[in-house]
Amino acid sequence: MFIMKADREKPAKVTVGIPKALLYFKYFHLWESFFQTLGINYIVSPDTNKDILNKGINYAVDEACLSSKIYLGHVAWLMGKCDYILVPRISSFGKAGKVCTKFYAIYDLVMSTFTDSDFKLINYNIDSTNSENERKAFVKMGVALGKSKSQSLYAYIIAKQTQKTQLNIIKNEQLKLLNKDGIKILIIAHRYTVLDKYIGEPIVRLLKQMGTTPIFGHVVDTKEALVRSEEISKTLPWLFNKELIGALALYKDKVDGIILMTTFPCGPDSLVNEVVIRKIKDKPILNLILDGQEGTAGLETRLESFIDIIKFKRSDEID
Amino acid sequence: MTDVKATFPHLGNYFVPLEVLFTAGIEVDYIVPPPITNRTLELGTRHSPDFVCTPFKYNLGNYIESLEAGANTLVQVGGACRLDYYGELHEQILRDLGYDFRFVNIGSTKLTKPLTFYNILKEINPDMTLKNIARVLPVVLKMIQYIDEAEDFIRKNIGFERNPGEFDHTHQRFLLEMRSIRSKKELYNYYIKYMNIFKSIEVDKPKKPLRVGVIGEYYTIMVPFSNHFIEKELATMGIVIDRWMNLTNSVIHDFRPEAKEHIKNYVTFDMGATAMYTIDKALQFAKKGYDGIIHVKSFGCTPETDAIPVLQNISSDYKIPILYFSFDSQTSEIGIKTRLEAFYDMIIMRKEAV
Ligand code: SF4
Ligand code: SF4
Repeated sequence: MFIMKADREKPAKVTVGIPKALLYFKYFHLWESFFQTLGINYIVSPDTNKDILNKGINYAVDEACLSSKIYLGHVAWLMGKCDYILVPRISSFGKAGKVCTKFYAIYDLVMSTFTDSDFKLINYNIDSTNSENERKAFVKMGVALGKSKSQSLYAYIIAKQTQKTQLNIIKNEQLKLLNKDGIKILIIAHRYTVLDKYIGEPIVRLLKQMGTTPIFGHVVDTKEALVRSEEISKTLPWLFNKELIGALALYKDKVDGIILMTTFPCGPDSLVNEVVIRKIKDKPILNLILDGQEGTAGLETRLESFIDIIKFKRSDEID
Repeated sequence: MTDVKATFPHLGNYFVPLEVLFTAGIEVDYIVPPPITNRTLELGTRHSPDFVCTPFKYNLGNYIESLEAGANTLVQVGGACRLDYYGELHEQILRDLGYDFRFVNIGSTKLTKPLTFYNILKEINPDMTLKNIARVLPVVLKMIQYIDEAEDFIRKNIGFERNPGEFDHTHQRFLLEMRSIRSKKELYNYYIKYMNIFKSIEVDKPKKPLRVGVIGEYYTIMVPFSNHFIEKELATMGIVIDRWMNLTNSVIHDFRPEAKEHIKNYVTFDMGATAMYTIDKALQFAKKGYDGIIHVKSFGCTPETDAIPVLQNISSDYKIPILYFSFDSQTSEIGIKTRLEAFYDMIIMRKEAV
């Protein structure tokens, strides 16, 4: 009797594991603040490293995109270290657009890949064409983790506010950079590519070492970007790419060059990059396809010659 | 008649109903793309981005060859996945190549509703009439169904014909003569007649033949050239080929709710494009005790790549071998043959062991 009562008063604390890959880079403010407000323990997998990447490559189907391989590597790292792994599923944001089918599939992909381990996933599903929006999805998730509806709703509202504030800070910082002198390079890449410590960050670091200022396409006002994207492409179906293409329209004239950074063989980027290359003729463009195996030496050479072209163009214009 | 010469990329043998739709329904000339050859793929590949999925490259090759054949109005549809964005880039590439044409991107529309269909197709020919399209559309839909039924029968029997070539020959005649049919009644009689001919073709079918199910991505599965005529190859080994995917089952009818229900032990959500059908049919073939399954897709196809771990689970739960093929523009013919032969040896050994 006594034990049961104690049990009820102090339910075993659950820990949620968050893979630091794919949507993490878009939503981490939202997720972390949501769990914090609800008082739910969570851990985040470490930055991508060679070991995580290799694990992912091992688990993934050969042809899967590098980003999803990395994701599986992070999930593998979390196995056994938490009670639930957070694997959200998104298919559509309604009129705003849809997403790459990888995000439709990711929940079931994880479920059917790790059949040999014992694990639980916590999921939320956003499918606006079937009226599953973010708020509803978060409340469901909170309830699944043992919180009440109103607690979960409250936590979601707080988390949303936090996310907004944080994103505004980042946006304002970038605005300052946009007005800086010197060579500015616009990077058009999914967040999980450019912000990944193993994949994109080394490139950002190299760019800075070469004395240029990187500008990020993903740091942009979404609404404005979606409208402006039509200047470059009218029928683009994928929301995340549309946002980046809108950023391209918005920032293009303020930068000296553009880097399209893509993980191999990304479905949406395979088409979108080609559209960009064919339509944007007034800025140098570097199309970087990353497979996780390139050495820094090779990258450095490519970046250097790209910057040289830009410098050459600039001195031409000044003369 | 207008001076519109419309064209649409190849998809299996559906150029027959498409030609009827365009000429009789929309009342414009229709250019059937020249049959797909190595040149088609080569042209398409040369002007396409590197790792775009192969249907994009084939479609582009078809457009170029149709333009060469006199087409001036190119039609593209959407529907799912990357296909929704094919059109804009196709148009851009062809313009950059200097071709002069009109591009009609009809997006994703339900094919079966005359009125919506009418409003969109008016873009191809503003003078077309609702009356006409309402008369022709049902004929076109029936044609698709009959072609699908006939081809289903052929796949299951062609491997056993006594006189090699008889099925192919009759199939070609069936398609050719169908092109002149304009009424539902005539079409029905025609269909009955041909099904009788198909059924009367002599076959030597063992009591328990080997049965192989073919599953996979929409385009690759429906365009024999793009899957290196794998069904034919299998048939010549004396195998019953079963393939569910066709236009009738995917565009005319919507089986998604059923599929979702069937596979709920394996998959919770829709994984995109044809992945659910692929998994559903794999499970069905497995449950029916087929000897093997072949999965085909174009290189890098995201939804079908994501379906593979699920297929692997079905394969191990039901002890059914699955052979995976991923085709791109440089797939080697020899590699395919070798893998098919090894697969055949394996399923026949398993059968004999039972
Ligand atoms: S958008 Fe590209 S990189 Fe991202 S998940 Fe899809 S295929 Fe992978
Ligand atoms: S289903 Fe596959 S082949 Fe078809 S558009 Fe999507 S990725 Fe390309």
